[in-house]
Amino acid sequence: MIFKMAWKNIWRNKVRTLIILISIVLGIWAGTFILAYAFGLIEQRVNDAIGYEVSHLQIHQPDYLLDNDPQFVIKKSTDLLNTIKKDERVKAASQRTLVHAMLATASNNAGAKTMGIEPQGENTVTQIASCIVDGEYLEDSDKNKILIGKKLAEKLKLKIRSKIVLTFQDTDKNIVSAAFRVKGVFSTYNAGLEQSTIYALKKDLDRLLNLKQEAHEIAILLQGADLVTDFTQEQKSKFAALSIRTWSEIVPELALMTNSLDQYLVIFLLIILLALSFGIINVMLMAVLERVREIGMLMAIGMSKLRLFFMVVLETCLVFCLAAPLGLLLAFGVITYLQNTGLDLSSAYGESYGALGFRTIIYPQLQAVYYLRIMLMVAVTAILASIYPAYTALRLEPVEAIRKI
Amino acid sequence: MKQDTEQQWVIQTKNLTKIYNSETIPVRAVDNVNLNIARGEFTALVGPSGSGKTTLLNLIGGLDQPTKGQIWVKEVELSSLKKKALIDFRLQNIGFVFQAYNLIPVLTAWENIEFVMLLQNRPAKERAQRVQQLLQETGLEAEANRRPAMLSGGQQQRVAVARALASKPQFILADEPTANLDSKTAESLLDMMAKLNKEENMTFIFSTHDQRVIQRARRVITLVDGAIVSDVPQIPYKSPNLKGFTGISYQ
Repeated sequence: MIFKMAWKNIWRNKVRTLIILISIVLGIWAGTFILAYAFGLIEQRVNDAIGYEVSHLQIHQPDYLLDNDPQFVIKKSTDLLNTIKKDERVKAASQRTLVHAMLATASNNAGAKTMGIEPQGENTVTQIASCIVDGEYLEDSDKNKILIGKKLAEKLKLKIRSKIVLTFQDTDKNIVSAAFRVKGVFSTYNAGLEQSTIYALKKDLDRLLNLKQEAHEIAILLQGADLVTDFTQEQKSKFAALSIRTWSEIVPELALMTNSLDQYLVIFLLIILLALSFGIINVMLMAVLERVREIGMLMAIGMSKLRLFFMVVLETCLVFCLAAPLGLLLAFGVITYLQNTGLDLSSAYGESYGALGFRTIIYPQLQAVYYLRIMLMVAVTAILASIYPAYTALRLEPVEAIRKI
Repeated sequence: MKQDTEQQWVIQTKNLTKIYNSETIPVRAVDNVNLNIARGEFTALVGPSGSGKTTLLNLIGGLDQPTKGQIWVKEVELSSLKKKALIDFRLQNIGFVFQAYNLIPVLTAWENIEFVMLLQNRPAKERAQRVQQLLQETGLEAEANRRPAMLSGGQQQRVAVARALASKPQFILADEPTANLDSKTAESLLDMMAKLNKEENMTFIFSTHDQRVIQRARRVITLVDGAIVSDVPQIPYKSPNLKGFTGISYQ
């Protein structure tokens, strides 16, 4: 009967109940969607960073990381690469020669990180081949050809087959220059990558740097992200003289974002729920104060304070119980829909997102466990929000309450 | 102080006083009232507005705390009970009928009557039988599934009486039960309560201005300024000829 009364009580003022229900539904929907949006955004950024830039882990000569001097190379890198590739946990691996070069055309110049790659091997580790928007990807048989980012190409006014001179320091600290031709133009989600990185053939750079069977970097892609920690530990013990870093060590800001995202979003959701709970407290308090006489009568005829408290708590919880599944269901529907179609923000935030390395089409995603966590948070909020109105009801004295009109 | 045991009083008050502290001066709503009521009495508390009838009723019903004095109900001194025990005591022993009916608007007539028995944790079968019986006695069988808003004033007050009777209390405290009812409905309600009083020896105490109630009461207690000025245990009731007493018309 208490349940029945509580249920009927919340529908005494249908408009008021519907308004508060809608506000809770929208609050939960918005909070849940923002969670999914942020997770989708960060997940894509991490996947892109792994897929296009850093892979799961990278191996360097430790001194190279200190000042990027080309003399600090991984000796017998091809042998090491072949050894690593034999591990069944490794999906792909590739070695690179890296230089920081000055790019000069007839009329412009710019600095850029030049990655000397082995086209076949690189294609298995990064997805740069799929980002060619003009021209073609590099081949092993090419000589002095480069891939250049669309933005950098525009800045230097370069087209396919345009000539460009790369100048950099070799391993003996001599300045070397060589002419290259643009073979392909790539465009990625990441404006920074497009503007600051070019790809050349490793063999060309090795020749100019006087490297033999050596590389500056080995990038490794594993079968799954969950293997990273164990695999890295093993490699570190095997190759103690080399620096072996995971993607989270290479781009710590991204790792920090991923690790702290959970906490930030929970705080964000708590703020939404806190705001909602004040709305609920207000509405339930009004509902109690409108029924002062009735509550007085209930106490007069023998309803215990515990039952009264329970009834008011139940009324508040019922409102949340109605609204929370609706809000979550709405969020689930929208998230599922956008998971397939994506949320295109290119017209509004294309440039700013791209500059930060984020994609402009976001695919929101949320694990089932987060729906449960939100449900739990909503339940706790409902109980907390119900306490003050219920306490107000308890403080009423039957004789005082009955006297009031 | 011990209860007077010379006669088996079921309600007894000793020097009962209730003072309300208003903004200007303290108001003695009930002033040194000594009252004994035996089982099965059909008593009316009368007096002008503000004479303390409702306050006295609330004190006897344990809804209000006296400033001074004691109240015994069934040999239990009410001020000795803690709040929870007092609520339970009311639930088990006292039925209330209010002037404004005070039914639970979201429940049907049936549910309103059943409610008190639910609070008493009575079995479902017993509840159903009792509600059915009370609906028959109050002539509300056809209205069982109607909410208070769909009932007339008289029907609502009959539901309120049925609710008060549902828990089979020993006392019914009724505050102006006929004030909002037309003559026919009021007579019908009083007939019903008189019948219960006679057949089940249930004790009724009314606070009233209504001449129809006063005429049926077997004892009439008159209050003025919180004090008992007259206690007449006979029929017909005669006016104590009080100066300034305009609350009722006397025959």
